[in-house]
Amino acid sequence: MAKTATKPTSPSAKAEKPAHNGHDTTVAAKKAERLPVMKTYKIFIGGKFPRTESGRYYQPKDADGKPLANICRGSRKDIRNSVVAARKAVGDWANRSAFNRGQILYRIGEMLEGRSAQFVHELELHGATRKHAEAEVSAAIDCWIYYAGWCDKYQAIFSSVNPTNSSHFNFSVQEPTGVVGLMAPSTSGLIGLVSTVAPIIAGGNTAVVVASEDHPLPAVTFAEVLATSDLPGGVVNLITGLRSELLKPLITHMDINAVVCADPTKEEKQMLDTEAATNMKRLVVPKVKDWMQEEGRTPYMILDTQEVKTTWHPIERGQGGGGGY
Amino acid sequence: MAKKKTIDWALAPAPENKDHITIKPQYELFIGGKWVKPKSGKYFDTINPANEQKLARIAEANEADVDAAVKAARKAYQGPWGKMPASERAKYIYRIARLMQEKARELAVIESMDGGKAIRESRDIDIPLAAAHFFYYAGWADKISYAFPGKQTSPLGVAGQVIPWNFPLLMASWKLAPALACGNTVVLKPAETTPLTALKLAEIIQEADLPEGVVNIVTGAGATGAAVVNHPDVNKVAFTGSTNVGKLIQRSTAGSGKKLTLELGGKAANIIFADATIDQAVEGIVNGIYFNQGHVCCAGSRLYVEEAVYDEVLRKLKHRMNSLVVGDPLDKNTDIGAINSKEQLGTINKYLKIGQEEGSDMFQPTCDLPSKGFWCPPTLFTNVAQSARISQEEIFGPVLAVQTFRTMDEVLQKANNTPYGLSAGVWTDKGSKIFNMTTKLRAGVIWANTFNKFDPTSPFGGYKESGYGREGGVHGLGAYLNLN
Repeated sequence: MAKTATKPTSPSAKAEKPAHNGHDTTVAAKKAERLPVMKTYKIFIGGKFPRTESGRYYQPKDADGKPLANICRGSRKDIRNSVVAARKAVGDWANRSAFNRGQILYRIGEMLEGRSAQFVHELELHGATRKHAEAEVSAAIDCWIYYAGWCDKYQAIFSSVNPTNSSHFNFSVQEPTGVVGLMAPSTSGLIGLVSTVAPIIAGGNTAVVVASEDHPLPAVTFAEVLATSDLPGGVVNLITGLRSELLKPLITHMDINAVVCADPTKEEKQMLDTEAATNMKRLVVPKVKDWMQEEGRTPYMILDTQEVKTTWHPIERGQGGGGGY
Repeated sequence: MAKKKTIDWALAPAPENKDHITIKPQYELFIGGKWVKPKSGKYFDTINPANEQKLARIAEANEADVDAAVKAARKAYQGPWGKMPASERAKYIYRIARLMQEKARELAVIESMDGGKAIRESRDIDIPLAAAHFFYYAGWADKISYAFPGKQTSPLGVAGQVIPWNFPLLMASWKLAPALACGNTVVLKPAETTPLTALKLAEIIQEADLPEGVVNIVTGAGATGAAVVNHPDVNKVAFTGSTNVGKLIQRSTAGSGKKLTLELGGKAANIIFADATIDQAVEGIVNGIYFNQGHVCCAGSRLYVEEAVYDEVLRKLKHRMNSLVVGDPLDKNTDIGAINSKEQLGTINKYLKIGQEEGSDMFQPTCDLPSKGFWCPPTLFTNVAQSARISQEEIFGPVLAVQTFRTMDEVLQKANNTPYGLSAGVWTDKGSKIFNMTTKLRAGVIWANTFNKFDPTSPFGGYKESGYGREGGVHGLGAYLNLN
């Protein structure tokens, strides 16, 4: 592991094949002046970066089948710790003004932009071409700007004032469902992740996210973006590990209100439907085929993790004044 | 009660007339627009819970009968109903609404006879609201594209719907009206103790000349419901009932790809602040828990009273309970009718016993109950712990658990400390306090300074284990459509 390496300075850096361990050895190899500091990929819970409590790791492979890094192999206990953090955070986050949530989501986009070179690099490590990686990072940044804008608008579009046949003021408006578990899309490391996280938190929920098992590097780096984006700790918690180990703890946890699961197999879907009944979790399976396309960004994905609350209040009807007209 | 005094203030009997109604001695299954004898060959009796007399013999549908109903629904979906312009579909649904209004009195009387609810409620609430639901959703049929901006919508296909016994015709209309407006066809199973008004609705549907098979009504108990829910050619399952059965349905349809909406149980908090108008609040408490014998999923069964007004509220509440009239559901003065079934009375009595055994104090007004039929006087418990079963579990009867509180944060925590989240009530004269409470109570329907109000335009449905999906209003359409 003792290689000389440093990170590329910009996405337009000369395209050369990146080396492993999440580090680009090529640029620095030429300089070979100093021993680079390698990054430890950790999980993200309650705004902090612990290692998995299980102490285990796994090694996702690059396109050539070589190990990329030692990634935390998260456990059920990590999920539970994340749920505690997410539950603690949800009251504050849900009660922030929509404007403030929009500001913070926009800030996430800003922070992502500033670190885009690192994401391009990590996507390349996961096998993407430079062109695709650049396009994916751009789409991921734009995704945050898109949902930042929805924060103070979706309720205006999808709520209703209901003209009841009685003297009541009656309205129905969306509210966050609470703590949402997310099994991020496995085929994409970044755009799938941000496209599913953004609508959950735009709507005032907090999230317990399991990153793509095969593409975890940009997910962990993305958690570092969140940590520097004014997003309160615990609003997004991110665990890496094996889907086969972590999906069930997510769907069976009694303090999770909804689970969003990308691309479940037939067996997984059956299990999710069955286990969701335990505490009547809302189960969301996005129909999106390609997260790079426009279909991946829609306010209906915000609605997927919202409840509709209807409020009634009597109206006192005076007889005089010509009804106000 | 005032009976022993020199002046008898008791109300004179005011029974509703029954001579204008028609109940057939025997009802078959309504499949493909025709009355069909059940392949099961079996029948069961539906009785009047107020006197235990048999009202009619009802066909019991088995799997083969349900299969025939689903086939009829599929044929209608692929045939006339699916091909009909939405504006024509709307006119059929309007017809049903109008015919229900024309027959409202007959439907109200039968509803009270079959289910035990007071005629005042079936006449003024159940039946008018049921007709209004059809009227409301009829209008949506050709306007759906306005409800889902940026999306293409299409009907789901055949909907299997299972409804409860507490609001029999109203629940049938909550299910049928949006399903039909969105272009689906339906197999509906009414509850086994209250099938009559759904079967009268089948007659109305025939009279309205709805194409054969668009609505099919199969009667029976749990096994019939399971056959509807689990039929492989059903695209959508809608269920209203207990949370336990709702969970069973979700598990049994797991992996099937059927779209599911569930309207389940509740344990609503009704919260009285010291600055509320207490007399109105007391009426709201009574309406919250004793409406329809407490057979209401959104009933205000947990009462939270701010300590400063506890004595006053309890004194006025008990006084008011003493004046409630319990008895003949067909009497227009009756406030509290019969418990829906012997089985449900057993459940309620079990909880009365549990409440006392757990150390709470029970209060019931003295009232004469009829010798036949199933009855429970309005009941309240004081000295109730937050962990008591009568404050945690849904009883589905006229039983109120009373607790106190001092601060808003305290009562919010207590009110939200339940796996349910269907409804809640808040009573205070201060507007900003209302909105603080209504935004933080975790429930789908919040009544502020009112309780147990319903309207076709107003979405209804729960948070948490009270289910998912909405019925009523623009949001009720989503349960019966694909969005693409």
